[in-house]
Amino acid sequence: MAEPLLAVEDLKVHYPVKAGLFGRTVGTVRAVDGVSFFVERGETLALVGESGCGKTTTAMAITSLVRATGGAIRLGGQDVTGLSAEALKASRRRLQIVFQDPYSSLNPRQRVADIIRAPLDIHGVGTAAERRARVADLMQRVGLRPDQASQFPHQFSGGQRQRIGIARALAIGPELIVCDEPVSALDVSIQAQILNLLVSLQAEMGLSYLFISHDLGVVRHISDRVAVMYLGRIVEIAPRDLLFTAPGHPYTERLLGSAPPAHPRLRKGWSPEAAEPPSVAGMGTGCALAPRCPLAKERCHTEAPPLVARADGRLLACHER
Amino acid sequence: MLKRALAHPSLFVGGVLTTLIVCAAVFAPWLATHPVEQMAMRERFAMPSAAHWLGTDNFGRDLWTRIIFGARISLSIALISVSAAAAIGSAIGLVAGYFGGWIDLVLMRVTDVFLGFPALILALAIVAVMGPGVLNVSIALIIVFWTEYARVVRSATLVLREQAYVTAARALGASHFRIITKEILPNTVGPIIVLTTLGLGTAILSESALSFLGFGVPPPQPTWGWTLAYGTRFIRSEPWLSIVAGMAIMLTVLAFNLLGDGLRDLLDPRQLSRAGRSTSSQKGS
Repeated sequence: MAEPLLAVEDLKVHYPVKAGLFGRTVGTVRAVDGVSFFVERGETLALVGESGCGKTTTAMAITSLVRATGGAIRLGGQDVTGLSAEALKASRRRLQIVFQDPYSSLNPRQRVADIIRAPLDIHGVGTAAERRARVADLMQRVGLRPDQASQFPHQFSGGQRQRIGIARALAIGPELIVCDEPVSALDVSIQAQILNLLVSLQAEMGLSYLFISHDLGVVRHISDRVAVMYLGRIVEIAPRDLLFTAPGHPYTERLLGSAPPAHPRLRKGWSPEAAEPPSVAGMGTGCALAPRCPLAKERCHTEAPPLVARADGRLLACHER
Repeated sequence: MLKRALAHPSLFVGGVLTTLIVCAAVFAPWLATHPVEQMAMRERFAMPSAAHWLGTDNFGRDLWTRIIFGARISLSIALISVSAAAAIGSAIGLVAGYFGGWIDLVLMRVTDVFLGFPALILALAIVAVMGPGVLNVSIALIIVFWTEYARVVRSATLVLREQAYVTAARALGASHFRIITKEILPNTVGPIIVLTTLGLGTAILSESALSFLGFGVPPPQPTWGWTLAYGTRFIRSEPWLSIVAGMAIMLTVLAFNLLGDGLRDLLDPRQLSRAGRSTSSQKGS
């Protein structure tokens, strides 16, 4: 079997909790605690979960923007954790990121053409004329007019700004794009446009996406497979249709149940999760969900369930299912 | 660009005043009506007249001539000290704010040491050690002024380095140098310009204060501060001398401050296009 484009194995990102005058370490936040998954060429893997579950930290670790405490991140067979600065820069050409906030992710002092050209400048791709042509081509691909090249970001709407961000990510021809909640800051009508753009770019250029989101409607629209994350761990990975029709993990069930129904009449009797989710800062040894889980038995509290393959093609981390 | 500049009252007034003052300094030899050092004891303390546009001082020297030659001294000291202080202080602030950690700690404690001295006393001490003169006064003012840039630019950098566009640049593999110069520095231009123009005013005031105290550029050089100081001896009977020198200082400081306000607005791309749509929202502040 060929190596997948991205393989994450037992990724851990822990942060020390410091206190006092001299920054004594008093504890550890296990933001990401033993996450494993892979992304095949040309596929979209969605990573879903509630706020604070470690989705964005996972994205940051994969893009080498935060240091992984442990585990391996293999991009096309090469482990990118602990690379030299030079090798890391080369590996960044294969992997780019689109950010959640289309406002703060574009430098207000730079013109659109400069923003999109920056990756080419940084990696020394092509001559000045070739870079100009590439920028014009990219702008067209993401649905911007070439005559907007000399404008500043503030002259664009949120959706257009996200298109600029996508063009910047595409500029050096990456194979994998990490989309960190790319549409959650946008109006619903604009969300669909950006999602469709991502889908058509994927078809044109053979891109792979790691699509991070908390919005299950969006995930259902765009993903091939879905990984569900809860408090720093993955509890279930399944093909999209299987996950949405027959959720395996009690937490996945709960997550699907907590999405508000599309039709207002169906919202009668629907109630969102009342309590604040527990934080990653004081967790025991057992299953992270155990304190909230209706199926929890004795060993759920003491022993963390491993993520294992099931007969129907999903990976599930649960003792009781 | 010109149209926008005209629509902004403080930029316009400040720009015109600054241009006039700079021109007066540059073309002083041609604009002067008398030789700088020419004394005429019979015409001491003359009021403004056709022969002496701004009157004369206690030695009968033409005040207009001495003021425009004085502008050369004041402006060159202000320009040298403020631009060098801005360059040094901004570089230190960028490095401290961007890298953080012990680099930040060391650089900021050094800054604190310099800030610990009262500015004018420090400048006085430096000039007292090195001796008076244009260059030494400039160096003293650089040592006094750079801390302000370091602190302001550092705090701006602390905010800017957390922006997603800086993270984006890191994800693209940009070098620290590129991130600092292309992503962060352009966004600190606003505060730097405000500080610089205010600093030009402060530098002129400080230079005048040093001259006033006898530690600046020594006479017979026609400095504003010395003229102002010397005028106070005659202020009961002949206030004209101090008033003219004081007006020169005040107008120059005012011109730079107005220009600074205007430039800050003009150089902000967001402000820029807003001004294009409606000029009425502009505030002279």
